[in-house]
Amino acid sequence: MTKEVYSDLMRQITEGKFVFTGELEPVKTTNLHEVLEGAKILKGHVVAANITDNPTAFAYMNALVPSYMIQHEVGLEAIYQMTTRDRNRIALISDLLAAAALGIKNVLALTGDHTTVGDNPQAKPVFDLDSATLVRLIRKMVDEGVDLNKNKIENPPKFHVGIAANPNADPLEPEILKIERKVKLGAEFLQTQCVYDIERAKRIVKELAYLKIPVLLGIAPFKSIAMMEWMVKFVPGIYVPDEIQQRLRKAKDKGGKEAVYQENIEIFGDIIKEIKKTTKAAGVHVMAVGFEWIVPKIIAQSGVR
Amino acid sequence: MNLLIVMEQKPLEEIIKMLDGVNSVLIVGCNGCAGIYQVGGEKQAEIMKVLLEMAKKLRNGTKINAKAMTVLRQCDGQIAATTIQPLIDNYDAILSMACGAGVQTLADAFKNKLVIPANNTKFIGMQDRELGKFYELCTACGDCILFETSGVCPITRCAKSLLNGPCGGTAKGKCEVGGWKRDCAWILIYNRLKEKGRLDLYTKFREERDFRVSNPPRELGGTEEKKEEEKTK
Repeated sequence: MTKEVYSDLMRQITEGKFVFTGELEPVKTTNLHEVLEGAKILKGHVVAANITDNPTAFAYMNALVPSYMIQHEVGLEAIYQMTTRDRNRIALISDLLAAAALGIKNVLALTGDHTTVGDNPQAKPVFDLDSATLVRLIRKMVDEGVDLNKNKIENPPKFHVGIAANPNADPLEPEILKIERKVKLGAEFLQTQCVYDIERAKRIVKELAYLKIPVLLGIAPFKSIAMMEWMVKFVPGIYVPDEIQQRLRKAKDKGGKEAVYQENIEIFGDIIKEIKKTTKAAGVHVMAVGFEWIVPKIIAQSGVR
Repeated sequence: MNLLIVMEQKPLEEIIKMLDGVNSVLIVGCNGCAGIYQVGGEKQAEIMKVLLEMAKKLRNGTKINAKAMTVLRQCDGQIAATTIQPLIDNYDAILSMACGAGVQTLADAFKNKLVIPANNTKFIGMQDRELGKFYELCTACGDCILFETSGVCPITRCAKSLLNGPCGGTAKGKCEVGGWKRDCAWILIYNRLKEKGRLDLYTKFREERDFRVSNPPRELGGTEEKKEEEKTK
């Protein structure tokens, strides 16, 4: 591929570096302080950070402003997440133009959780496009300088487009074929949902190898035992191996909250080490929303950088 | 199994509220979909008459003069108008026991009368007789892709109407919307296409929809355009 590279994220991936990305979540606030503080912590440890777009359909601050601000104020590159749940193609095109004007270089194209699981479940779901047609829209804007209806764009945007995958999908084949669809459309990188089981991590990377898309495996340390238990119980498909659960519970009994953090650092540091050693993953996407300080420690523990 | 318009009767309190200030009402049942599934047929119109007459208390003590009748199909303007016409002068209002199309047909035929809907019109449905349950299978989107999806409509049966599903909200073949009870339409599609050896149809990318064919209000057929053409000749 002799494609042009616009972002640090893609540059590092193309250079074959093992990359780290982080995640920041603007919430229901008018204050950017926390997102910017989180960005400051991540800077220097991750190449870029995802800014979530109303995750689980909760109406939060729009993702574009913090995406711009972490780049402009902190100097941390953004991966601007975009879902098709709340905006039709007109609004998506419009926001993509604005994002390019603000210097955004990476967009993660997502369908988005359904409105009914969010905090305004009465809302009208949009889904005019889906993640695949959003990838196509972005490609057309970047490669051909037109929108979906072939209308010409003055000064076309330059984005890299990413997609998501679920390594816990069961069965896995429909998930892989769905990724194939989007890679053929021109998706350039992939970030997965969180995976706790190294075997599942290895499996998805292997299954996706034929598509030659850089895969960033998602990991999400547990902020607390309660969070872990909630995920195991209520998030279908999530599998947390018993060994990890036991280690964290034991740590809590022994040394409370601080010991749980320390155990997290060891567990996830080792997972990263194992991923680097045994898979062809392009990197790791670390999701530690609200306790970003743990990310540099986990990365240090992994010894990968 | 029958494919029909599925309706559900509104709560009586709501109907009575809409009848506020009305002294006489003609309750009009419909022997089409409403009659077949006994939501707004002859029997239900009679029951409604009795209920409204008994509801004096809810109406602050004022009694209502009600009469029940039923037409073959309320969505046929001509049938409905000719059946109702001889009776209508004696009543202030019409309470339609049909679907939304029936209500509007009557409102159009009797413009000087208050026309009140007794039902909420839900969807085009198919009934599972054993369970006595209705399912929505087709939303009449106007651009059928059932060939590509092996007879499972993702526009209707996927909560996000995805053309390129499944999404991340599926686990073990179930959909997160509605609490993991309903089947994920895209996993159904995948399974059926796999069985048929047609996974190429699954993996195929489907372009974004042209919503102009789905956007209301929609029309089909008729002779008015032809007449216009003839005029200009």
